[in-house]
Amino acid sequence: MNVLEVRDLSFSYPDKSILHRLSFNVESGDFLCIIGTNGTGKSTLLKLILNILPSTEGEIRLLGKPSDKFRDYSKIAYVSQKATSFNRDFPATVEEIVTLGLYSQKGFMQRYTKEDKEKVAAALKRVGMYDYKDKKIGHLSGGQQQRVFIAKALVSSPEIIFLDEPTVGIDIKAVDSICCLLGELNKSGITIIMVTHDISSVLFHSNKVLLLSEDGHGEMMSASEFNSHTISNHVHHKH
Amino acid sequence: MEIFTLAFMQRAMVVAIFISIITPLIGNIIVLKRLSTIGDALSHASLAGVAIGLCFSLSPVLVAIIFSLLSALTIEYIRRSFPNYSEIATAIVLSFGVGVAAVFSGFVKNGATFNSFLFGSIVAISTLELVSVIVLSIAVIITMLILYRELFYISFDEEGAELSGVKVKRVNLVFTMLTAIVVSIAARTVGSLVISSLMIIPVACSMLISKSYKQNIVLSVIFALIFTIAGLIITAFYDLKPGGTIVLIGIAVLLIIVIVSRKQR
Repeated sequence: MNVLEVRDLSFSYPDKSILHRLSFNVESGDFLCIIGTNGTGKSTLLKLILNILPSTEGEIRLLGKPSDKFRDYSKIAYVSQKATSFNRDFPATVEEIVTLGLYSQKGFMQRYTKEDKEKVAAALKRVGMYDYKDKKIGHLSGGQQQRVFIAKALVSSPEIIFLDEPTVGIDIKAVDSICCLLGELNKSGITIIMVTHDISSVLFHSNKVLLLSEDGHGEMMSASEFNSHTISNHVHHKH
Repeated sequence: MEIFTLAFMQRAMVVAIFISIITPLIGNIIVLKRLSTIGDALSHASLAGVAIGLCFSLSPVLVAIIFSLLSALTIEYIRRSFPNYSEIATAIVLSFGVGVAAVFSGFVKNGATFNSFLFGSIVAISTLELVSVIVLSIAVIITMLILYRELFYISFDEEGAELSGVKVKRVNLVFTMLTAIVVSIAARTVGSLVISSLMIIPVACSMLISKSYKQNIVLSVIFALIFTIAGLIITAFYDLKPGGTIVLIGIAVLLIIVIVSRKQR
């Protein structure tokens, strides 16, 4: 079943054309990596899918609904690039931040219950951060913060998690452990759609790659196809 | 302590307690959204309202509230035109408020009345002002409690909040209007020139020692209560301006906390 369908999507900023007639599908249970060099519109594509940016040309359907009419906020979760660029002195604990992830389920004026507290604890345990629940978020390392933001995404039991460059500014050991965590979540049935520039760490866990090029086109391929594509390009460049 | 048996001092204490609760509640969000200058801009705009009110024999507090609300909406509007330079909006509104206040204050017959709005006149509160401070403060406290989670989420990650279904624009608009109301009613009591300090300093103190978001809010209210009540007591004995005294106590406490917390690191 397709959870995301993109048809003939084009997008331009006033001074630059970014995406040109892009079409692809993502099926339930996929782990898709969106890659490309800087300025090819990776993050823009994610924002168009999530309707953070309004799309002007083409069609995007998220879980069967046009993205601008999509309101099932608890079925999706988004770990933005901004997640790790917050104010380091922000006075909130890990538990408080993860609890925010329940908002999409609870909505306006609904009180948190004991069950909600248990969901937060379970999400923190799943990412290995339960022991840090009372720590201030700004006092954690980049890798630990990213795990907390993944727990915040997980707490509402979403069908799809979108991540925008989750490994930026994190040391290589933490990158590997986050990629393994995402792989485990994917194996448990969650669809992962992730923008990254660091394909080497995550390729092993993903099954699809969308390669965006500078002319605004995109090429969808399986992870193994991408692997041989990269190797042949590498050999071609050497010659 | 005989002075606290006097009716005007009791009224001052009640007003001080309510102002000390609502200013840090608003101040927390302003600081965490990095909009600390908005209080300054709105207090100057409210001063413009006071000057116009006094000139045309209208209720200065009511005109101040209207002016503050319009200025708050203008700030939101200008911010959308300069999303990456939101401080431009506050600077423009602040300059406009100072300009209007300066021009109209020249036509105010009783200069002492206008000055009382600059530095506050908490010990000269009328019964009507007391009632309006209590009613508006309760309305602000209830709204802030209702919007607790939404404001927390928006302060931390506005984009994430929107994607979780928070009505970000609506909540921001309500919050801006609350800020305008708080600035106007507090300006009458502690003074336009010091109200933004009362919003920021208790929050700055609590941020240095709090261990969670909830604790940060509770501590900032406690700090504001301590500063205001201590300021009023000192004012009563030494005949000082209450607004200035309250802010100076706050700054002194902040300095002590900064020094102690640095030594502990």
